[in-house]
Amino acid sequence: MRVDVIMPQMGESIAEGTLTRWLKKPGDKVARDEPIFEISTDKVDAEIPSPAAGTLVDIKVQEGQTVPINVVVAQIETEAGAAAGAGKAAAQPEAAKTAPAAPASAAKQPPSAAAKPAAPAGGGSDGRDRAPQAAAPAAPPAPSAWTAGASTGGEIPKASSLAGSGATVDDLRRVRSSPVVRKIAQEHQVDISRLAGTGVSGRVTKKDILAAIEGGAATAARASGAPDRPASPIPAAAAAPRSAAPAPVYAPGQRSSVVPMTAMRRKIAEHMVASRRTSAHVTTVFEVDMSRVMRLREEHKQAFQERHGVKLTPTPFMVRAAVEALKAFPEINASIEGDNVVYKKDMNIGIAVALDWGLIVPVLKHADDLSLSGIAKAVTDLAERARTKKLSPDDVQGGTFTITNPGIYGSLFGTPIISQPQVAILGVGVIEKRVVVVQDAIGIRPMVFLALSFDHRLIDGAVADQFMAHIKATLEQGKFAEIV
Amino acid sequence: MRRCLHAYAGRVGYAEAADLQERCARLLKDGGRVERLLLLEHPPVITLGRNARSADVLHDEATLESLGVAVHETNRGGQVTYHGPGQLVGYPILDLSPDRRDVARYLRDLEEVLIRTLSQFGVTAGRAPGLTGVWVGAEKIASLGVHLSRWVTTHGFALNVNTDLSRFGLIVPCGLRGAAVTSMQRLLGRALPLEEVAAAIVPVFGEVFGREMAPASPPVAPVAAPALTEVA
Repeated sequence: MRVDVIMPQMGESIAEGTLTRWLKKPGDKVARDEPIFEISTDKVDAEIPSPAAGTLVDIKVQEGQTVPINVVVAQIETEAGAAAGAGKAAAQPEAAKTAPAAPASAAKQPPSAAAKPAAPAGGGSDGRDRAPQAAAPAAPPAPSAWTAGASTGGEIPKASSLAGSGATVDDLRRVRSSPVVRKIAQEHQVDISRLAGTGVSGRVTKKDILAAIEGGAATAARASGAPDRPASPIPAAAAAPRSAAPAPVYAPGQRSSVVPMTAMRRKIAEHMVASRRTSAHVTTVFEVDMSRVMRLREEHKQAFQERHGVKLTPTPFMVRAAVEALKAFPEINASIEGDNVVYKKDMNIGIAVALDWGLIVPVLKHADDLSLSGIAKAVTDLAERARTKKLSPDDVQGGTFTITNPGIYGSLFGTPIISQPQVAILGVGVIEKRVVVVQDAIGIRPMVFLALSFDHRLIDGAVADQFMAHIKATLEQGKFAEIV
Repeated sequence: MRRCLHAYAGRVGYAEAADLQERCARLLKDGGRVERLLLLEHPPVITLGRNARSADVLHDEATLESLGVAVHETNRGGQVTYHGPGQLVGYPILDLSPDRRDVARYLRDLEEVLIRTLSQFGVTAGRAPGLTGVWVGAEKIASLGVHLSRWVTTHGFALNVNTDLSRFGLIVPCGLRGAAVTSMQRLLGRALPLEEVAAAIVPVFGEVFGREMAPASPPVAPVAAPALTEVA
C-alpha cells in the first residue's frame, strides 16, 4: 500500500512551506516517525517525520520548492511486515491491505489514519468507506483501534491526484480548502470550485462557504445538523440535543431500511462488545455536593476567561479530582496483561467527546502535570480539534483512565463501559440543584452522581469506593489553590 | 503547569551548546517531561541557518579565523547571524505539543518574551511586520532562529546586550542588506551583566509560555551540561 507524505501545516496562519532538504532518497527504508525531509517557514526549520514505515518512493517535490500545505510531496510504499508493526498491531487485521483500490474511497483516507499501522484503515465518516473487515481479533482492540476511525478526515487530506503538474486551478482550490470546508461542501452538495474564495491564494474559507449556503448556492436541502455545531466536552451543560442520524428512507412497500454501518460505528460496536467480554464490569455510584466547585467557578470564571482565554467549566475540576485520586490508588491507573498488572506512571485521561457523527475519546496527556488552567486549555483544544476533525492519531492513544459525561443530556448517572485496556471509567451525571439534608436541615445544593465502572478482576469494591470517596472529598473540600 | 528548568551557563562553545540542546531535546522526544531554558553566551561565531547564502558571509574563513571568529552550519531556520561575547543567547527546549503547535505563534511568543523583558530595562522594543525578530525603531536588537523536530524546539533567540556590534559587519545579518543592529548597551549607555538580563527573562518566559520555571540544580554551574541533563 502506498501512503502519501504531505506538506504539513505548521501553524494556523501558514499556508505553504518550502522543502529545504530531503533526508532520505527514493529507495531508502524509513521507520515510522523517522525524519524524512526538512521544511522551513520564516525563521523555523522543522524535520518532518514519516507517516509510516516502508520505502520512500516517488519524490514529487524537489528541494527548494515551495508548495501549499497538504500537497503530497512523496509516497511511502509500506510493507506487510513493517506495517503490522509492534505490539497489539500484530493482532489487528489490516483492512487497508484488503481494501479495494477504489480511488474515491482512498481519497477519503488521510495519511493520518494510514500512519497508524495498528488500526484497520478507518474510513471516512461519511460512511462510504466499506473496506472489508477481517474477523474480530482474539484480543480486544486497543482504544486506538476504535477511535482511529474517528480521526479520519483529519488534518491531513489526501491530495495525490492533485499533486501532479496537471492540477487545475480548481483542483488547487479544492486542495487549499480546509477539511471542515470540504465536509460542509459535501454535506450541502456545494461545488467548491464554483465559489470565489477570499482566503489565502483564493482559498475557500468556512465563511465563504457558509455565505454561499446562506445565499442559496446549495443545491440540496440542508443536512440535519448545523455544519459547525460545537462538540461538547464534558459538563457543557447547555449542549443542544444532538441530531440523530439522517431519517431513514423507506422504499415503497418496505417496512424496514438496511443501511451499512459507518466505519466509526463499526469500531465502536466491536470495542463495546469486546470490552464487555474482557472485563468484569461493576459500577459504583457516589453523590457529590458541587457547591464548592460551583462557587469557585462563579467567583473566578470571568478572571479565568480573561487570563486564559477559555471558559472555566466543571470539567477541569473533575479531571483534577480524578488525577488526585489516581495518585492515591495506582491500581485504578493500570491495566491487565496476561497474568500481570501493568501500573502506568503517566496519567493520561481520556475525555469522551460527543460528536454529531459519533463519539471520540481524545486523551489529555500527562494530566498530573497540568494546572487547572492547563487542563481547561488542553480539554478545550482537544474538544475543538475533535469537532474540526483535526485530532492526530497520537491524540487518541495512550489513555490510562477515562471520564465520560452522560449528564450532558440530563442523565442522572450511567454505567459506562470501560475503554480497553484500561480498568476503570468515570461517568459524570447531570449537575443539578437537589433537596438534600445538610446538618439535619433541608437544603438546596448543586449535586451530581458520579458512577465508576471498574474491572472487578483487578479492583476490589473497597478500593473502588475509597477511590470515589477521594474524588468526592477533593470536589467538596479541595482548595484548587492555583485557580487564581 | 509544566515545569521548565532554567540555567545561565556562562560562555559555552557553539558545538558544545548544540550537542547539549540535542541531548535535552532527545530526552523530551523520548517521553521525558522536563523542558529547559538554556541561557548562555557564545565565543565569537558566525552561524549559517538553513536558508543562508554564502554571499552573506563577507569574508573568507581564513580572514574570519584570524579574527578569532569560527563558522558553523546549523539546522536552525533563518540565514546568517553572528554570536559573540556580550550577546545573551536563549535556547528553549520545549515540547509545543499538544496546545502550541504553531510555528508562527512560537516566534511571536519568543518576541513577546524579549519585548517584555526589554521594557523592564526601559527599552521600548517591538516587532516589524514581516520581519521576525525584535526591533527598536529600525534597528534589530534580537534575532530568532528555530529548529523543530516532532514539535520539540531547539535553537531560539540572541539578544544583543553588550555585543560588539562591529562584528555584524562581517556578515549580512539575516540576509537583510543594510539592516542596522543595536544593543541594550548602546541604547542605555551602560553595560549590563548578562546574568542580570538572563534572570529577568526567566519569569517573563514562564508567564508567556505558561511554564513553571525552576532553576536547574546545581543552580548555576559554570558548564551547564551536567546541570541541565539531570532529569528532574
